[in-house]
Amino acid sequence: MKGGGFRIYAICYLIFLYAPIIILPLFAFNDATVIAFPLSGFTTKWFAEMTTQPALGQAVKNSLIIAVSASVLATTLGVFAARASTRYDFPFKGGIMGLIMLPLVLPEIIVAVSLLVVLLGLGVNLSILTVILGHVLICTPFTIAILSSAFQSLDRSLEEAAYDLGETAVSTFRLIILPLVMPGIISSLLISFTISLDEFIIAFFLAGTEVTLPVYIFSQFRFPQAVPVIMALGTILVGMSILLLTIAEYFRRRGLARSGAKDTGGFL
Amino acid sequence: MELGSRWDRFRRSEAASGYMLVSPTALYAILLLAAPLGTIILYSFLTDGYLEIVRTFTLANYHEAWTNELYRTVMLRSLGVSMAVTLVTVVLAFPVAYFVSFHVDPSRKSLWLFLITIPFWTSYLIRVFLWKVILGFNGVVNSGLMGLGIIDEPLTFILYNVNAVVITLAHAYAPFAILPIFVALEKIDRSLLEAGQDLGESRFMTFLRVTLPLAMPGVIASVLIVFIPTIGDYVTPQLVGGPEGRMVANLIQLQYLKLDNYPLGSAIAVSAMGIVTVVSLLFLFLNRRYLKGPKS
Repeated sequence: MKGGGFRIYAICYLIFLYAPIIILPLFAFNDATVIAFPLSGFTTKWFAEMTTQPALGQAVKNSLIIAVSASVLATTLGVFAARASTRYDFPFKGGIMGLIMLPLVLPEIIVAVSLLVVLLGLGVNLSILTVILGHVLICTPFTIAILSSAFQSLDRSLEEAAYDLGETAVSTFRLIILPLVMPGIISSLLISFTISLDEFIIAFFLAGTEVTLPVYIFSQFRFPQAVPVIMALGTILVGMSILLLTIAEYFRRRGLARSGAKDTGGFL
Repeated sequence: MELGSRWDRFRRSEAASGYMLVSPTALYAILLLAAPLGTIILYSFLTDGYLEIVRTFTLANYHEAWTNELYRTVMLRSLGVSMAVTLVTVVLAFPVAYFVSFHVDPSRKSLWLFLITIPFWTSYLIRVFLWKVILGFNGVVNSGLMGLGIIDEPLTFILYNVNAVVITLAHAYAPFAILPIFVALEKIDRSLLEAGQDLGESRFMTFLRVTLPLAMPGVIASVLIVFIPTIGDYVTPQLVGGPEGRMVANLIQLQYLKLDNYPLGSAIAVSAMGIVTVVSLLFLFLNRRYLKGPKS
């Protein structure tokens, strides 16, 4: 076995990383209102109880609308910026791309309060729409990171061949480039969807009276008797995001294989 | 005539195509990121009046943010927590990145990276809440240790204080720290390591004198990518920090949503960002020799 000591350490580290996710389903199926050990018995009633809460249904609906819109918009903006930065050189490219990528490191609370101040100053009513605006801002850098590697691995000569055969810039993009980067686009849609669905702070500040799923979950933490239902909900959410990420990873790798690039791993 | 042809040439140039393509995204970032950031900087110099913002220039908000005992304590604590989280995260992450880069079969590297990133993408709120369960009075750690007979009474210093905030944030930002270090390690030419050992260095000395300096750009990137966002984290201090673990984001939220004092809230936010920027630049300056790239 290669790297004995390191391997044991890395496995312990993975256990540390997965500890909360492993514990989550234990409490989702535990027949007790108190979230503590020892466990008392098996039940599925918390899952059944989820369906009796209309506020939860509304939150899920809001979150889905926000996540779908934000991921489509962010990926569209990401395609433009990733294509521009990988294909062309222009003055102030570093500064412009730096500004676009800034939300990657900027604390989300800063994004949230600055948008809040401006939107209220302009007299815009807080709603689902304002949350979408904020989420597009934080998802775009991730889409650019994914899409840049997809565009980077494109062979320039394919594009030149299309021009030589009489295609215009637009038809070349549609017929040659788009199909080649499609796996990257799907992967970027899925990642943005996951980020938006999970985002709390911006939704907390910008949603007004509308409630998104994380805002709903956060409000329920105040009521101890509501927590087992949240554990059941969390189990479903974690299962779903693992599924989405696995699909995203599959497309990302297929995209790399299609353009013949070396896999450097990871989304980030 | 001259001007017209120059414009024509620009329009067909590479720069123009680049600007055309980047403009939708750039405009979005300017309107919804740069302009709002500018606005809170502006607000931080205004006065909070009853029901409206008074448009007179003042430094009073900064004076309040920097001299008020409460705000100063929270600001210093946030800085301390961020630094501790960064140190713990990067030190714990380095061996994992090293293992994946140097000891994992190339065909399985992306599987390992995928396994490392999955927890990062799963519901942040619920993960933080579960740390409360793990560290709590009847939690996993306490019942485990009591079951093994190591302790007689539940440990209380691990929840609702700064320790809990550091543990939870270190968990949340782990993948952020591993990936940049991994990328830097992957770039290292393996023949340099062989050369080091051929020249009679021990494996450990080769690591210290060849691998580590070459991995430093990755380490520096992880430090910044963990340090900058953690200082503004709201959820973790709110859920597991208790009254002694409040951080600057909780203060900003209080000023904006509860006390409705936008100018003071903005001054605190701008101060926090200023401190983060200064510390980051200082850190980059101290490590500048690793960032110059290969010597020619």
